[in-house]
Amino acid sequence: MEQFFQVLLSGLATGSIYALAAIGFTLIWQAAQTVNFAQGEFVMLPAFFLLAGMHFLGMPFWMALIFGLLLAVFVLGFLFKRVLVDPLLKHGGLSLIIATMALAILMKESVKEFYSAEAQPFPEIVPNGSWDISGVIVSLTDISHLFISAVIVIGLQLFLNRTRTGRCMQATAQNPGVAEILGVNVKRMVLYTFLINGVLAALASFLITPVYLAKFSNGEYLGLIAFIAAIVGGFNQIRGALAGGLLIGVLDNMTATYITAEYRQAVPLLLLIAVILFRPQGLLGTSEGREA
Amino acid sequence: MMTKRNMWLLAGLIALILAPLGQGNYVVYTLCSWLIFSMAAMGLNLTLGYAGQISLAQSAFMAIGAYTTALLTLPPAEDGVGGLGLHWLVAMPISVFAAFVVGLIIGFPALRVKGHFLAFVTLAFTTLTFLVLRNEDWLTGGTYGLVGMPRPDFGFFNTGKQLRFYYFTLAVFVVFCLLMWGIIRSPWGRAFKALRENSIRAESLGVDTRRITLLAFAIGSAAGGLAGSLVAPLVQFIEPGSFALVHSLKMLLMVVVGGAGFFFGPVIGAGVVILMPEFLRFTEGYYLMIYAATVIVLIIFCPKGLIGLGEIIRNKLRKDKKVRGDMDKGAQL
Repeated sequence: MEQFFQVLLSGLATGSIYALAAIGFTLIWQAAQTVNFAQGEFVMLPAFFLLAGMHFLGMPFWMALIFGLLLAVFVLGFLFKRVLVDPLLKHGGLSLIIATMALAILMKESVKEFYSAEAQPFPEIVPNGSWDISGVIVSLTDISHLFISAVIVIGLQLFLNRTRTGRCMQATAQNPGVAEILGVNVKRMVLYTFLINGVLAALASFLITPVYLAKFSNGEYLGLIAFIAAIVGGFNQIRGALAGGLLIGVLDNMTATYITAEYRQAVPLLLLIAVILFRPQGLLGTSEGREA
Repeated sequence: MMTKRNMWLLAGLIALILAPLGQGNYVVYTLCSWLIFSMAAMGLNLTLGYAGQISLAQSAFMAIGAYTTALLTLPPAEDGVGGLGLHWLVAMPISVFAAFVVGLIIGFPALRVKGHFLAFVTLAFTTLTFLVLRNEDWLTGGTYGLVGMPRPDFGFFNTGKQLRFYYFTLAVFVVFCLLMWGIIRSPWGRAFKALRENSIRAESLGVDTRRITLLAFAIGSAAGGLAGSLVAPLVQFIEPGSFALVHSLKMLLMVVVGGAGFFFGPVIGAGVVILMPEFLRFTEGYYLMIYAATVIVLIIFCPKGLIGLGEIIRNKLRKDKKVRGDMDKGAQL
C-alpha cells in the first residue's frame, strides 16, 4: 500500500509537468487551429538554452534560468509565430502541420549537431530529499513539481478568466470574427497565446529535464505524451489537458510498476486510441467545441 | 499517336532502364530503394494529396509488409525465428492484403471524427508497432531483427544479383504505377479528386466522404505493405528501427516536397529524400538539418512542392498562357 501511494504521487508529479506541455498545445490549438507537432521539441529545447547559458556564457544558474526562459519565449513564441505560422496559416492547416513536423526534425538535429548527441546532466531546480510519513516515502522533488505546476496552472487560469487580456484571448479562441468586431486585437491575442505556450514549454522543460537528463531526442516521447494528454482530456479546454496530463502520468507509473515495463509506452497510446474510438471529444470535452 | 505526356513517360522509363547500367552495387541499391520508397510515398499521396488527411503510419505499414514477407519467405528454422519458406509471389499479396486490412481497422475510428485525428491515431499506431516488433522477439527477432530473406527466383530470372533485383523492382514499380493510374481514373479515383478539389461540394453531390477517405487511406496503406514486401528481400535485414516514426515523417515529407496531389510528385520527392544524402555527403551530420530547413522554406514559398514550383516557373516564362485565373479565387472560397 505504501508503494502504491509513492507510485501515485510520483505519477501525479510527472503528470503535472506533462499537463503544462499539454495545456500549451491546447492553447495553440484554440488560438490558431494548429496542431503543433513540434511541441515535444519545444519542451526539449529550453533546457539546452539554460545549459548553453551556464556553460558557454558562464552565467550562474538563476541567471541562466531566466535567460533560458526569455530565449524560449522569444524563439518558441515570437519567432515560431512570425516565421512559420503567419505565412503558412493562409495555405490552410495541412501545410502548417507538416511544417511543424519538419521543424521538429530541424530542432532535434540542430541540438544534436550544435550541442551534443550525448545526454547531458541537468541541475535539479527543486530541493532533493524525502519525508517519511508513516511508512510512505514522500519525495520532496515530487511535491515541489506538483506545487510549482499547480501554481502555474492556477495562475494561468486566473489570468485567462480574471484579466481583460485573458478574456480577450478566450474570446479570440472561441470566435475570432466576433472578437474582432467587438474590438479585440485578435492578432495580438494570438501572439500572446504563442508567447504563453513558450513560457509553459520552458517551465515544463526545466522541471522535467532533471528526471530524463537533457537529450536531443527527449521531445519524441514528451511530444507524444502532450498530444495524448490533450486529446484524452478534451481538446477544447485547459482543464481537459490538465486532467489528461495527470491521468497519463499516473497510468504510466502504475503500468511500469505493476504490469509491464516493456509495454509501458504502449498504455497511453492504447488509451488514446480508445478515447478516439469511444469519446472523440475527450473525457472532459464537450462535443460542441469548434471543429477543425 | 504519341501525346506529349506519353513521350515524357516513355523517356522517363527509358532513363530508369538505363540508369543502373555500368553502376556499382551501391548505386543500384540506392536506385532500388528510390523506387520502393516512391511506391510507399505514392500510396501516402492518396491519403495526403487526395483525401487531405495526414497519415504517420506509412512506415508501420511498410513494417507489416516487410515482416509478413520475411516470415513467409524465410526458410523454416531448427531453432530461433524461422519462416515458412514460401515464394515471394505468395508472400507479397498476403503482405499487401494484411496492410490493407490493418489500414481499414486503423482508419475507421479516426475518420469517423472530423479533424486531424487520423494523424494522432496513426502516430500512436506507428509507435505501438515499433514496440511490438521490438518486444515480441519470439516472432520478430526483437532488436536483432530478421536476416537473410531470400530474393525471389522466377526460374528463368533469378533476382539474386543487384542489377537483376533492380529490374524486378522496376517491373513491380511500372505495374504499380499502372494500377494506381487505373485507380485514379476509376469512379473511386474521381471521388478522391472531387474530395481534394472541394470536399463540401463532393459531399453535396452524393460522395460518401468518410468511406472514400477510408478507402484512400487503406489503398495507400496497401501500397506501404507492397513497399515493405520489397524492402525485405532488397536489404535482407529488417529491424524495428528501420520502421520507426521518423521514417513515416520522412515519407510524409517526400510527398510534400514532390507535390502532394500530383501523380508523380512523390516519385520526385522520394528521389530528393533518398538521393540527396548521396550528393550532400560532404555536409555529414548537417544533412537532415539542411533538409528539414529546405522543406520548411519550400512549404512557405511553394506549398505545392517541386512540381508546383515547376509550374510556377513555367507560368512565369509563358505569361500569355493563363489557365483560368478564376480558379485561384475559387480555391480560396
